[in-house]
Amino acid sequence: MLIAFYIAAAIAVLATIVAITRRHAVHALLYLIISLLAVAVVFYVIGAPFLAALELIIYAGAIMVLFLFVVMMLNVGDHAMEVETTWLRPGVWAWPSVLAAILIGELTFVTIRVAPSTGPLHVVTPKEIGIALFGPYAIGVELASLLLTSGLVGAYHLGRRVSREEERTSAGTDAARAESGGDLVRAGSDRTSHAA
Amino acid sequence: MLNLAVILFALGLIGLLTRRNLIFTLMSVEVMLNAAGLAFVAGSYRWGHPDGQVMFLFILAMAAAEVSVGLALLLQFHRREPTLDSDTASEMKG
Repeated sequence: MLIAFYIAAAIAVLATIVAITRRHAVHALLYLIISLLAVAVVFYVIGAPFLAALELIIYAGAIMVLFLFVVMMLNVGDHAMEVETTWLRPGVWAWPSVLAAILIGELTFVTIRVAPSTGPLHVVTPKEIGIALFGPYAIGVELASLLLTSGLVGAYHLGRRVSREEERTSAGTDAARAESGGDLVRAGSDRTSHAA
Repeated sequence: MLNLAVILFALGLIGLLTRRNLIFTLMSVEVMLNAAGLAFVAGSYRWGHPDGQVMFLFILAMAAAEVSVGLALLLQFHRREPTLDSDTASEMKG
């Protein structure tokens, strides 16, 4: 159990060090996923299997895929073919594969070897987490939902493409500002007098 | 276990301070949030209480919201400037 924790911790630190020093964003993402997997193994070892699953599904699944999509969106251009040939070299994916293989072996070992003998480890079940989450922390759940909604609206607002009509409108506003001699205070004064 | 959390947090901080690519900045923030969550789970393990794991759930939700907004900002930034260098952001006029 302890040796599993130390191996996973070493892999996490190693993969994070490599991840923040890579030049290529996709390579760094590979190592970052390995780091998150290692942290998930650590969660499993210290008695939080539910959080290990959540870490895999949300962090390594959803958030990293989001990163990957953005990297792919930004990477369109003449570099695409060159990047493609770079990806297929075995040196790129060999080390992430080795680290992931160590993690898989460790997880198999832990599930086969340690699961029958229930030690002093207190495993927090999803039921306990749910009771705590919707009991004393219900207001936190509401706040988290509010945060997620604002994140959704913000991402939609920032991520949309500026349509041609809006560009014309902003250009018109700029022209009006230029006509009024850059005087921002009086830029819209004729509009208010017209409305009155 | 707390040592691991501290090391991971320090690595994220180093990445945040040294890298100038905006994608790497966001990734470093992710590493730091993950380390903070690991510290909470370590506390939950130490006292055998589910509260720390609930806190990790909240950190997870916050990380998801932060990443979506941050990546949208990054896309918008990339549309204005052809580079992802965060130093060029200081030349924006607001």
